[in-house]
Amino acid sequence: MKKLMLGNEAVARGAYEAGVTVAAAYPGTPSTEITENIAKYDEIYAEWSPNEKVALEVAIGASIAGARSICSMKHVGLNVAADPLFTVSYTGVNGGLVIMVADDPGMHSSQNEQDSRNYAKASKVPMLEPSDSQECKDYVKEAFEISEKYDCPVIVRLTTRVAHSQSLVEISDRVDYKLKDYVKNPGKYVMMPAMARKRHVEVEKRMSLLKEDSNTSSLNKIEWGNRDIGIISSGIAYQYAREAFGDVSYLKLGMVYPLPDKLIEEFAKGVKTLYVIEELEPFFEDHIKKLGIKVIGKELLPVIGELSSQIIKEKILGVQIEKGAVVEENAPVRPPVMCPGCPHRGTYYVLKKQKLTVSGDIGCYTLGALPPTETMDICVCMGASVSGAHGIEKARGKEFGKKTVAVLGDSTFIHSGITGLIDIVYNKGNSTVIILDNSITGMTGHQHNPTTGYTIKNEPTKQVDLVKLANAVGIERVRVVDPFNIKELDKVVKEETSADEPSVIIAQRPCALLKGVKYGGPLKINMDKCKKCKQCFTIGCPALVKVDDHIEINDALCIGCELCTKLCNFGAIEKAGENNG
Amino acid sequence: MDKLNIMIVGVGGQGTLLASRILGNVAMKMNFDVKVSEVHGMAQRGGSVVTYVKLAKKVYSPIIEKGEADIILAFEKLEALRWMEYLKNGGSYIINEQRIDPIPVILGKEKYPDGIIEKIKGVVNKTISVDALPIAKECGNIKAVNVVLLGVLAKETGIDKEIWIESIKETVPKKLQEVNFKAFEAGYGLAV
Repeated sequence: MKKLMLGNEAVARGAYEAGVTVAAAYPGTPSTEITENIAKYDEIYAEWSPNEKVALEVAIGASIAGARSICSMKHVGLNVAADPLFTVSYTGVNGGLVIMVADDPGMHSSQNEQDSRNYAKASKVPMLEPSDSQECKDYVKEAFEISEKYDCPVIVRLTTRVAHSQSLVEISDRVDYKLKDYVKNPGKYVMMPAMARKRHVEVEKRMSLLKEDSNTSSLNKIEWGNRDIGIISSGIAYQYAREAFGDVSYLKLGMVYPLPDKLIEEFAKGVKTLYVIEELEPFFEDHIKKLGIKVIGKELLPVIGELSSQIIKEKILGVQIEKGAVVEENAPVRPPVMCPGCPHRGTYYVLKKQKLTVSGDIGCYTLGALPPTETMDICVCMGASVSGAHGIEKARGKEFGKKTVAVLGDSTFIHSGITGLIDIVYNKGNSTVIILDNSITGMTGHQHNPTTGYTIKNEPTKQVDLVKLANAVGIERVRVVDPFNIKELDKVVKEETSADEPSVIIAQRPCALLKGVKYGGPLKINMDKCKKCKQCFTIGCPALVKVDDHIEINDALCIGCELCTKLCNFGAIEKAGENNG
Repeated sequence: MDKLNIMIVGVGGQGTLLASRILGNVAMKMNFDVKVSEVHGMAQRGGSVVTYVKLAKKVYSPIIEKGEADIILAFEKLEALRWMEYLKNGGSYIINEQRIDPIPVILGKEKYPDGIIEKIKGVVNKTISVDALPIAKECGNIKAVNVVLLGVLAKETGIDKEIWIESIKETVPKKLQEVNFKAFEAGYGLAV
């Protein structure tokens, strides 16, 4: 039976069919739907872990214990999980272990566009790269076979356009995978110097073997066509190349590390002009050039952003494509914006008003950096708001520190904010940390986390109590406040930033998109009372718009959160229905 | 018909994803190879969003390039303006008359262009404009605006109506089916 599936959904199906019983992940675009879909299979234990490092360690434990296990993350998540990655390369596996990593060329929803293929090389772990949903499923299954055959973890790399494109997938049954026996083997699984030295030898042996076998692997295929042009490519870039070049010759690499030298040499000999079509880094190109083979790649193609068949046509074939008709009219940009009813809007209003330096973090609330709030000074990586604020204070002193806050979400705080908070307490910092607790992991599309009280399978569980947690690490000043109670929040932020000790403010109000969050429906402006002062515009709500010379509420967008009502000094924003007559 | 490239453009939160999924399902039922490319994550938060739906005997790239779209279905006027050059010469433009101001316009830094639909009509012969929001309201749910527009698209493609209805049935949760059928019929029946 064929089904239309997202790449991520097909990965989940592949894990299911391969007999996986343990899956762990931290959500991150474009990888999130892998584990969301895995959680739908009753046969698989699945979890949202607090961060990617924990997720990989859970999967490693499960693998050593004999299960086929999988963990998934976005590219920057692999940075967090890099520590266990480099050493599980040495221990190898018992049950198969697959690490899914989803890169985001073009940075649709990321803070950098690193090329994770470099991790395969650096950690000496094989990496596969599918180019559509069918391959997502097939390669994941193949990855488990390789993992067990060569005794190593296998990384499967996706990019946004594979992870988030749907295409047809042939469904099969789940294999009956028996848990492997668990045998205590410290020489293999306890990595201290004496053991690790021996294991490193095994790693090198395995990689040589894999390299040799990659020449005959069914994952790497030569497709002969017109031999004037030969293309070496993988993943989504292969699809773009197919679209752009049509009937030429292709070497499609399904295993992107280690690379099949002999196969590459054979292919190069069979074509007149050889091109490497790859997104981001010249990963194949550098390797092929080292083999002494003449090849054209990044001298024509960009290392920045996504590729497309159009870029290939223009840069390599010199073909100008025929665009559609246009109207000579500037289309204003439409950057993403916090949703109508977003609880973060109240917090940013206060932070802007108090002109604080804001050390920010990764989540929906990063949007507070954009106009009109423009209230974020720094955003680097998950958890960095807290440690960054501490560094700011240590560099510029206590008084500057009192004009600085860290801002991060509940899930991000658990991910890696808590360690920074411990640092502040331990090293006598004075920072104020604001946790935007919206009861969910928001940006990635509503995943549970340790603070929500539910598991990935929606089972009730123990809930991390943020107040007690902050108290337990030594924060004595912990305040809980509703970010829509602007007066109260304003007062609390003033008190806590001026206090001579570190503090945590928990700004608590659920995400407006959560089921069960109900507001009263669209508001309206009372034109008789409105003075057009635009005070309500300071919060940047997309539902508040200027039409001709007056202010209106877009009733297709407004949900009636009434934050703007609180800001209006003239009582001009009313519930629709009030004074309707 | 041996191939069809359709783009659905709009503002994050307007329901373009569901529309593209129903459309993808339709293509599958017609035994085409199909690819649907979606947008998730940050852009979904009120940003400009686009999904590509390609069907043919064999589809390679999931992306539609400039000048390649047979039909563009725009959920919002400004987005229609933004994605114009993706429509091929002779293609059809279906535009919802809804207006959603982006933040730079709200802040008075930029101006929401006047007369977008008229201007597009001036250069694209087959431009169909629809005020789908009140129709969705009439059908009982303002959120069904996506399926109203899908109805208009269905008519324009000439693909058998039953396939669409079957596809909606399979894609939309049961309790929302009735309002969506109504919305689809309303869109399909519009004299445009």
